Amino acid sequence: MKIGILINEGPYTHQATDSAFLFARAAIEKGHQVTRVFFYHDGVNNATRLTEPPQDDRHIVNRWAKLGQEHGIDLVVCVAAALRRGIKDENLAPGFRISGLGQLIEAGIQADRLVTFGD
Amino acid sequence: MLHIVNKSPLDRNALDTCLATAQPGGAVLLIEDGVYAATTGTTAAARLTQAMGQVKIYALKPDLDARGMSDHVLQGVELVDYGGFVDLVAEHPVCQSWL
Amino acid sequence: MSEGQIKKFMYINRKAPHGTVYALESLEVVLIAAAFDQDVSLAFMDDGVYQLKKGFNTKGIEVKNFQPTYRALDDYDIQKLYVEKEALAARGLTEEDMCVPVEVRTRAEIGQLMETQDVILSF
Repeated sequence: MKIGILINEGPYTHQATDSAFLFARAAIEKGHQVTRVFFYHDGVNNATRLTEPPQDDRHIVNRWAKLGQEHGIDLVVCVAAALRRGIKDENLAPGFRISGLGQLIEAGIQADRLVTFGD
Repeated sequence: MLHIVNKSPLDRNALDTCLATAQPGGAVLLIEDGVYAATTGTTAAARLTQAMGQVKIYALKPDLDARGMSDHVLQGVELVDYGGFVDLVAEHPVCQSWL
Repeated sequence: MSEGQIKKFMYINRKAPHGTVYALESLEVVLIAAAFDQDVSLAFMDDGVYQLKKGFNTKGIEVKNFQPTYRALDDYDIQKLYVEKEALAARGLTEEDMCVPVEVRTRAEIGQLMETQDVILSF
């Protein structure tokens, strides 16, 4: 089954992105395909390469990038939401791309399920 | 359909609106702070127990464990892990997150 | 489902305007969605009904007034706006307080509509 994911909150404040990550990893383990993760609202903050958590904490940005690279997940950051919050190509983490809201609608059309994580 | 609730019923009204909206035969999955609704002795417990006649109630065990509430689980709530979460999404044609 | 087919998208709005950005940014999604020729409907529940309370004047808080955009939805062929009956009653509002034509439905009726959707997005 093709699964799309929408993340509406940033890292380290809300649990949303952690829940989404663990859900995505479990879906892949079960043989599903996570086609796209769309980062919207403060969720765009999951994609900044400037993120530096303490060494004993999970690196939310890097683990999304790694999961995306290993399993061909399209990690899309909403351009309008990103620019509002100071996320641009120059501070975008590798593995993510910035694009329009149309990518969210397209995920809803093409995937069999779209699951939202937020506050 | 699958309803996902991530808010404590003592803080927000997401669960109440969800239960009033959910149709018979549906499923409700409690995650994150939503798992507090799946525990005994809260002022919300009676509402959840009442809803069990109409909808199936699930709670995400890793979230209960993380909050130290796995020893307070309300009878009739089925516990799932993230794999079970994925199965619930796959089994139901559409899902709604009550953010 | 292949491309070109029409899916039923429902957008559920349960948050008040201005206090958080969700109302504005979900409206932006809906406008983009209109370009995809999908079957779009909006449901306003709980504090989401405040998004449609007519008479926004945002000058004093120095943010953009996005209420006129709701009135433009009709131009985008988005006509299915459902408002939760219980939410209006709990907030001392009536259909006449809404800034656009809406269909008032009970929670249970909105629940039935939700069951008929292919995709539900909530902000």
